[in-house]
Amino acid sequence: MTDMSDTGMSDIAAGQRVLNEAAPKMIARDVDVFYGDKKAIDNVSIDIALENVTAFIGPSGCGKSTFLRALNRMNDTIASARVTGKIELDGEDIYSSGMDVVQLRARVGMVFQKPNPFPKSIYENVAYGPRIHGLASGKADMDQIVEKSLKRAGLWEEVKDRLAESGTALSGGQQQRLCIARAIAVDPEVILMDEPCSALDPIATAKIEELIHELRGRYAIVIVTHNMQQAARVSQRTAFFHLGNLVEYGDTSEIFTNPRATRTKDYITGRYG
Amino acid sequence: MSLAALALLILGLGLIAWVAARAKAMSFGSTGQARQHSLPNYHGWYVALWAVLPALFFLTIWSSVSGGLVTQTVLESPAAASLPAMEMQRDAILDEARRLAEGRIDAAFNPEAEALAPIYAEATSFYSLIGSSIALLLAFAAGAFAFTRLSPTFRARTRVERLVMASLLIASLIAILTTLGIVLSLLFESLRFFSMVSPVEFLFGLNWSPQMAIRADQAGSSGAFGAIPLFWGTIFIGAIIAMIVAIPLGLMSAIYLTQYASGRVRAWMKPALEMLAGVPTVVYGYFAALTVAPAIRDFAVTIGIPGASSESALAAGLVMGIMIIPFVSSMADDSIAAVPQAMRDGSLAMGATTSETIRRVLVPAALPGVVGGVLLAVSRAIGETMIVVMAAGLAANLTANPFQSVTTVTTQIVQLLTGDQEFDSAKTLAAFALGLVLFIITLLLNIVALRVVKKYREAYD
Ligand SMILES: Nc1ncnc2c1ncn2[C@@H]1O[C@H](COP(=O)(O)OP(=O)(O)O)[C@@H](O)[C@H]1O
Ligand SMILES: [Mg+2]
Repeated sequence: MTDMSDTGMSDIAAGQRVLNEAAPKMIARDVDVFYGDKKAIDNVSIDIALENVTAFIGPSGCGKSTFLRALNRMNDTIASARVTGKIELDGEDIYSSGMDVVQLRARVGMVFQKPNPFPKSIYENVAYGPRIHGLASGKADMDQIVEKSLKRAGLWEEVKDRLAESGTALSGGQQQRLCIARAIAVDPEVILMDEPCSALDPIATAKIEELIHELRGRYAIVIVTHNMQQAARVSQRTAFFHLGNLVEYGDTSEIFTNPRATRTKDYITGRYG
Repeated sequence: MSLAALALLILGLGLIAWVAARAKAMSFGSTGQARQHSLPNYHGWYVALWAVLPALFFLTIWSSVSGGLVTQTVLESPAAASLPAMEMQRDAILDEARRLAEGRIDAAFNPEAEALAPIYAEATSFYSLIGSSIALLLAFAAGAFAFTRLSPTFRARTRVERLVMASLLIASLIAILTTLGIVLSLLFESLRFFSMVSPVEFLFGLNWSPQMAIRADQAGSSGAFGAIPLFWGTIFIGAIIAMIVAIPLGLMSAIYLTQYASGRVRAWMKPALEMLAGVPTVVYGYFAALTVAPAIRDFAVTIGIPGASSESALAAGLVMGIMIIPFVSSMADDSIAAVPQAMRDGSLAMGATTSETIRRVLVPAALPGVVGGVLLAVSRAIGETMIVVMAAGLAANLTANPFQSVTTVTTQIVQLLTGDQEFDSAKTLAAFALGLVLFIITLLLNIVALRVVKKYREAYD
């Protein structure tokens, strides 16, 4: 597989990327997700564009996390979970037998609800991905990747003098930005964030939101949140999930000012959730 | 009256007290006064416990001191004046008299014992009468006292709770006091040993040959007490060879069980592994001595290793390592399972494979716990006796050749204390000094292990 990408394949892939610039980065068609016999996601189709931040909102338990995890096949790690339908990344079916999950997850990174830095140094946390994927060709190269990633995650100034300290010793907000730096370090195309601010205080939350603004356009970002103001602040497109269904998907401004479905309207006006 | 009969009688009193107190408490209810604080049962228990516990407590103490009181009386009697002054002979005669008095033997070897027997019997019945009377009086008095305190507002339930707590406390103190007693006796006997052999020679001497000359002209019995060869043998077998076997196998099986095995496989494999811990060590011992050791010697001879012995450090260490596997694996299992799922997810989401995740995240994160488990396993391995007694040999060699025979602290303790021994020679006292060293080392290992494990547990919550 990897040998082939060194030859003509990569040119084709690169060409496709240019061609598909206007096309969605990821598309999902008729996706169902089951846990055992229980259907958690029912027939969801959605397009995710590179240039946007896409927000998933909806009451808790409606399947936002489940669907998000379908996008980088993290559901594979749950024995009872099963995904049907089609999900494509740059036109490539991610559930096809030819897709290497390891490569997929390097291309579609993920940031979790609770910051989960490894109990290693700050440096090693960021270097983790490049190391396992062999992205750095030496110590200097790795230093550069670490610095660049930490800078992009807005953490460099705060930690540049203590890269050898444990990542778990940072504050919650710093830990979450470290996790974002860790995801960025392997140069992904899509970053999935599952309620990245729900464990953080308002100031740390504001920093993450600012960061999301800065990262927009470079990576396709999907963020799950059940804070509607946050969705309104950071996203351009919003998808409203309810009971496993994708009820409404559209421009964020549209969804919040002029929702089409009554369920969306009820949720946005605080009728439930 | 025999002790058992007396105890039964007291329990009978307790039962009567229970019934009476309960009946009294029931009568409170019928008078239709204010609501009772406690149910009648609690009043019953309160009085019964008061009737029984102090009396039984007194009996326990009495039974341990009355023997001494009886002997004292016998010795003070005029008939005892002719007893030999030497303690050992005197004790033998007294013992005979006692057995005669109890009717366990028909005739005595010593004429003095014949004379003392009636005095003995008299003293025994006298003290047993006193003891029984006091015990029964105590039962009555305490029961009656408790009975008079009953009233509708009496908080019998709270009192019973307190009594229950006190008895639980006493139960747990017994274990602690026993440990303390053992340590003190170890310490005491060791001090006697160190008054004969210098601690420096014992702790740092390289020559171990504890046979003492009985006659001055006897050759080859130097009585050297340098314990280094023993310490080395113990460490070589228990902390080196056994761990080389147990750590990788235990760790790998823990990883397999927590990360790869399906629920069904885990459900039968984990108990099967834990069954290893249930095999009696003596079975491991003869497995090591009869199966493993000869095989290893044959192997050593075939590949031409010099000094191969039929009792080798390797045989004992290998089998001990197998025995320790369940310890290491269950500790490792716990600490890997304690690494939050979020760590694992974080690594997998970076595109790491399962084995990369284990190697780079799970094992390092679980390492303190694993280290703690290994330390506990080492402390168990060095205290283990049966396997080394059967398979390691007695030769106090100071060698790093695993095919040779070495000896361990525990083996030597067994060796020093079995057979006919005088209990005040340096040879037997050496066993206590060895025991003390072993105790201190295992204690330290346990303390360090528990601290490591605890510190690590705090890190995730
Ligand atoms: N590992 C799992 N096993 C079984 N059911 C699950 C699992 N994870 C989530 N679910 C169920 O799937 C539904 C959607 O959950 P989730 O995607 O976590 O919702 P959300 O993120 O929107 O709060 C819920 O009913 C939840 O109980
Ligand atoms: Mg969720």
